[in-house]
Amino acid sequence: MSSSFTDRLLGRVRLGGVLALAAPVLAVVFAGVVTSIILLLNGNQPFQTLGLLLDFSATPSIQVLILNTATTYYISALAVAIGFRMNLFNIGVDGQYRLAVLVAAAVGGAVTLPGPLHVGVIMLVAVLVGGLWASIAAVLKTARGVSEVISTIMLNAIATGFGAWLLTPGRLAVLNGNNVGTKPIGPSGHFPGIALVSGTQAKVFGMIIVAAVLGVAYHVVLNRTRFGFDLRATGRSETAAVASGINVKKMVLYTMILSGAVAGLVGLPQLLGASYSYSLDFPAGLGFTGIAIALMGRNNPIGIAVGALLWSFLDNSNDILDFNGIPKEIVIIMQGTIVLSVIIAYELVHRYRAVAEQRRVSRQLSTAAPTEPQGAAV
Amino acid sequence: MEEAAISTSTSSAPATEPAVELEGITKRFPGVVANRDIRLTVLRGHVHAIVGENGAGKSTLMKILYGMQRPDEGVIRVNGSPVSFRTPGDAIAAGIGMVHQHFMLADNLTVLENIILGSEPRKGGIGIDFAAARRKIKEISDAYGLGVSPDVLVEDLGVGARQRVEILKVLYRGARILILDEPTAVLVPQEVDELFDNLRGLVREGLTIIFISHKLDEVLRVADAITVIRRGTTVASVDPGDVTARRLAELMVGSELPSPETRESTVTDQVALAVRGLTVRAGDGRAVVEDVSFDIRKGEVLGIAGVEGNGQAELVEAIMGMRPAEGTITLDGADISAWATLRRREGGIGYIPEDRHRHGLLLGAPLWENRILGHQTRRPNVKGPWIDRAGARADTERIVREYDVRTPGIDVDAMALSGGNQQKLIVGREMSSEPVVLIASHPTRGVDVGAQAAIWDHLRAARARGLAVLLISADLDELIGLSDSLKVILRGRMVADVDPATVTPEQLGSAMTGATAEPADQLPAASDGPERLGSAAAEAGEEA
Amino acid sequence: MTVTGLSAKAPAAPPAARRLTLNWQVALLGVLALLVMMSLARVVTGANDITSGGTIGAAIGLAVPIGLAALGGLWSERSGVVNIGLEGMMILGTWCGAWGALTFGTPWAGVIAGTIGGALGGLLHAVATVTFGVDHIISGVAITLLGQGVTQYLSKLVFVGMKGGGETQSPRIPPIETVSVPGIGTPLRDLANTHVFLLSDLAGVLYGVTQNVSLFVILAILLVPLSFYLLWRTAFGLRLRSCGESPVAAESLGVNVYLYKYLAVVVSGALAGLGGAFLSIVAAGIYREGQTGGRGFIGLAAMIFGNWRPGGLAGGALLFGYTDALQLRQGGTSVHALLLVVAMLLAAFAVYQLVRQQRGRAALFTGIFAVLVFAVFATTDTVPEQFTSFTPHLTTLLVLSLASQRLRMPATDGLPYRKGQAT
Repeated sequence: MSSSFTDRLLGRVRLGGVLALAAPVLAVVFAGVVTSIILLLNGNQPFQTLGLLLDFSATPSIQVLILNTATTYYISALAVAIGFRMNLFNIGVDGQYRLAVLVAAAVGGAVTLPGPLHVGVIMLVAVLVGGLWASIAAVLKTARGVSEVISTIMLNAIATGFGAWLLTPGRLAVLNGNNVGTKPIGPSGHFPGIALVSGTQAKVFGMIIVAAVLGVAYHVVLNRTRFGFDLRATGRSETAAVASGINVKKMVLYTMILSGAVAGLVGLPQLLGASYSYSLDFPAGLGFTGIAIALMGRNNPIGIAVGALLWSFLDNSNDILDFNGIPKEIVIIMQGTIVLSVIIAYELVHRYRAVAEQRRVSRQLSTAAPTEPQGAAV
Repeated sequence: MEEAAISTSTSSAPATEPAVELEGITKRFPGVVANRDIRLTVLRGHVHAIVGENGAGKSTLMKILYGMQRPDEGVIRVNGSPVSFRTPGDAIAAGIGMVHQHFMLADNLTVLENIILGSEPRKGGIGIDFAAARRKIKEISDAYGLGVSPDVLVEDLGVGARQRVEILKVLYRGARILILDEPTAVLVPQEVDELFDNLRGLVREGLTIIFISHKLDEVLRVADAITVIRRGTTVASVDPGDVTARRLAELMVGSELPSPETRESTVTDQVALAVRGLTVRAGDGRAVVEDVSFDIRKGEVLGIAGVEGNGQAELVEAIMGMRPAEGTITLDGADISAWATLRRREGGIGYIPEDRHRHGLLLGAPLWENRILGHQTRRPNVKGPWIDRAGARADTERIVREYDVRTPGIDVDAMALSGGNQQKLIVGREMSSEPVVLIASHPTRGVDVGAQAAIWDHLRAARARGLAVLLISADLDELIGLSDSLKVILRGRMVADVDPATVTPEQLGSAMTGATAEPADQLPAASDGPERLGSAAAEAGEEA
Repeated sequence: MTVTGLSAKAPAAPPAARRLTLNWQVALLGVLALLVMMSLARVVTGANDITSGGTIGAAIGLAVPIGLAALGGLWSERSGVVNIGLEGMMILGTWCGAWGALTFGTPWAGVIAGTIGGALGGLLHAVATVTFGVDHIISGVAITLLGQGVTQYLSKLVFVGMKGGGETQSPRIPPIETVSVPGIGTPLRDLANTHVFLLSDLAGVLYGVTQNVSLFVILAILLVPLSFYLLWRTAFGLRLRSCGESPVAAESLGVNVYLYKYLAVVVSGALAGLGGAFLSIVAAGIYREGQTGGRGFIGLAAMIFGNWRPGGLAGGALLFGYTDALQLRQGGTSVHALLLVVAMLLAAFAVYQLVRQQRGRAALFTGIFAVLVFAVFATTDTVPEQFTSFTPHLTTLLVLSLASQRLRMPATDGLPYRKGQAT
């Protein structure tokens, strides 16, 4: 066992660990350079802009905001990542969470239960609705061979229309003043916040703990359980999975539903920690943010956490830019560039690693073949 | 290293000047030398065969000649002048065409589109002149009797017709030198005959053909000259008139061909696997495996001989539960016909798949995770629903040690290993769960000679311990040597039972091609069509 | 289909009977049958808008951006690159189109600018997928995100200062000329308004396709046969398609696979950008944030619906454009009437399955489905307006779930390809 540990230390960790870290760092730097160029072209100082963002984010209330938004982003990215690990593209997280939070909010507003139970029921409803909505895409894929990419995109649009229909007075909504929304959830259904940041009254969403637990569960389930092994094996090679006795259709079904179930939780930090009601101004588009962050974090729970914080930092501290005459939308460009350069950087690192490892193996075994590996003329 | 014994012999045909000359061609890949100091002279108007074992370096050599790879050293001369190919386009321009072993055809395009791709006749600037293309294809097709119709989709063609399309493709480009890489591997005998007729027609028209094969009887039938490659280098050039298949086989394999023979019978009378009336249907309802029945006893190796594509792959997948089938399969007395793949594996079926990259391994995962694959419900890989990393890793270390998997560690990704080492890992994995039955599909395909011997040893040892083995192989030597009994599959049906102790590769070969689809007892008698598909290498091995 | 030159022992070729050959006569007959059904539905329900000239005109207008995106998808996917970034390229097209038209004072400059904007998005996708081998879907999603970001940023920089412009929208854009076939407009409209069975419907459709047609629409329609010609009748197109069917074969014949993939994806982006430009310049006359509303994705669906063929995708775009148009014009009752048409279509399909294909079980399912749709139609009076908004999306899902097994995408669509893979 000691030799394998050394191998890990000298072999994989050296190649995998440092390089895996190098990729996102380089990509962020590259995105910074691109953004800087855009800023310079418009007569703004990049470092001054960054300084503004950092200064602003040092404000305690903004820090709370960053943590709160990051919680939401984190759950969304986890939902996407579950699918990604077996090559399933759940682009439908967006529709899944919106429908889930709407129904959960309506149920939460309609019942009054003792504290934790109330919250539990709301979460359960959200998980069920999210999973159910995702199961449509899953069944279409397994039974009819419809690509989940297209079907989830279509289901997003359908969820929007269906949600709008549900969110009318007389169905799931009531009129609060002139705003149409679900009936507010009573205090027993609120998820208590945590005073994590000093110097502000604002509290961090209690759901941040749920998000952390989800992250740990994600890691454990995927890497330490049979189910996780089956899931990852299917993602790596469907044909090998079939030959090894994995029921691929069942895995598609389970994984998609699991992804949708987690997606169902995406809206809950906001619902249970701040708005207590679902209305038309509820945050939308979180599913797409989740895709971007899952890509950035390379489906790794810690990487996703870093990505979520970075994303949230950019999203929440950009308001200061407008006050200083810099269009705050520059951060969206930066985000887009980061995603694109991160995925390219990962791909390059992956290629480099594969070649390097092959060479390392053949070099270590070159006792049989004395010839040193040479660059083949390709 | 042997001296390259080159003797450019001229046959009875009028001596002509060389069409292709290779001198000192060397090609290295990371860690291996694929070609070393290759010397070869091909005369115009000849069918020149290049023979050698799998992995001897034939294909690399042809890729060099076709511009798909560039040699590290050496000179190529075409029609006397030195050339340097950067791309296949350069080779095509020099009049060289290649018919690949795996057809380079787009299924969803028509024959015409496939043929003209890359050198389309134009009309009015950018438009394709379909009429001219159709005319030219018809002309060539008629001239050489290829019988290719231009407007059919390639996906609707059979294997033989596809090959003729490939040939027409290179002729269309004006090739005068044709390289055919293992052209008969996928053909049934009638198609082989047709192909050889076509080739003779081409040579009559003054074309030159380089024919790569390891099937010596075919080579002797069609070639005007033969060059033998062994371990990446040319070891002899001979005249087919002066050489026997046996001598050729000796040249090809050298002396180190390990013998797979197992003569001491370990067959018991307990049936491990019984298959009754197994029928597998393709998507269109056609039976690709039809009413197949057999028993394998503990300690017995049952070999299935057959030309590739006669239902072997489907048979294996049906037994593994990867493909729906009619009929019953009984494992150790239990009817497993309705079981899913995983349950069959848990029940004691081990599986060495034909295509290890697609079905046997997770190439991007480390070795210890590959140890779990297919055994993800059993110790030492799991404890309940949890993966037992320590257990799996320790057992992977054991497999690496016991099966001599050459790797720096068990955290390396499977793709970094050589084919032979990957295969040894698979064999080790499948053996480690103490299976009742092992399905071994081409267990030594594409592995080096050392690994081949090791895998044979492991199979023999397991058989002695009472394992029942279903062995499917294209290597007749392996089949005859390892099997306790042999069945011949043809067009999805078992057409003959053969005793491996008495059968010769020639007899087996003719049974496989349907030349003698007779009851087993008639087989050992001399048949009218000897040397159809039998590998003479096997003969050499047997008599050694 | 004739299969000659096969040796005796070749595996049986699939029967040709299953393949429905589509020629002009069949297509015309189909359109006529559809018109009869719609006319019937109109007469039964009184939903006069389902064949009115206004609806048809709107349908064509709404079909154009979808069709252009679909055409973009066709170019890209025929070369083997899945382009889910069409949406992002379209977004770039909307902004660039508006910007070009406003900056140079002529809508046609906007058309060109929109095309270039989309092409740049395509170039980015090509760099990521072809050169760097990034997963096509991931790259497409990233490009869509980037497209949103870039346009929002640019709007703030450019449109805020303009009169009538703001952070999320541009000033009004100079319009593109429309043309009409002279002399027949009024009589057709009068005839349509009499609501006679079939005759009025025909008049309505004719009015829609001949009156007040934007030149941009004509340009877009012409791009469909042009794409067909380029992709199926030229050497360029054959090589491009071969990259999507078998890049290994293409490379072995000296085709520069990377080059063709690049060209295809850039053209794909340009077409999507053109579709975006249509939205801002013609459809709205103004750039508005979020204007594409997922039409890039719908375009992709239309292409799949059209089985990766120009004619098919044009049909898909028309269908989606039509359902889109209906929801704008008395959505509830019109879509409700459409249910009847769907029921009739399904019934007809069931009969076809039973009689021509002898697939009893499939026919039964389709039949039950038809009855169900009819039951929904019969028991309701209108479709809620929120539901009409996703009619195209639901149609897409239904069509895909019914037909996905019969669709044939390019063989290596979406698979990574690296030069020298053949070796």
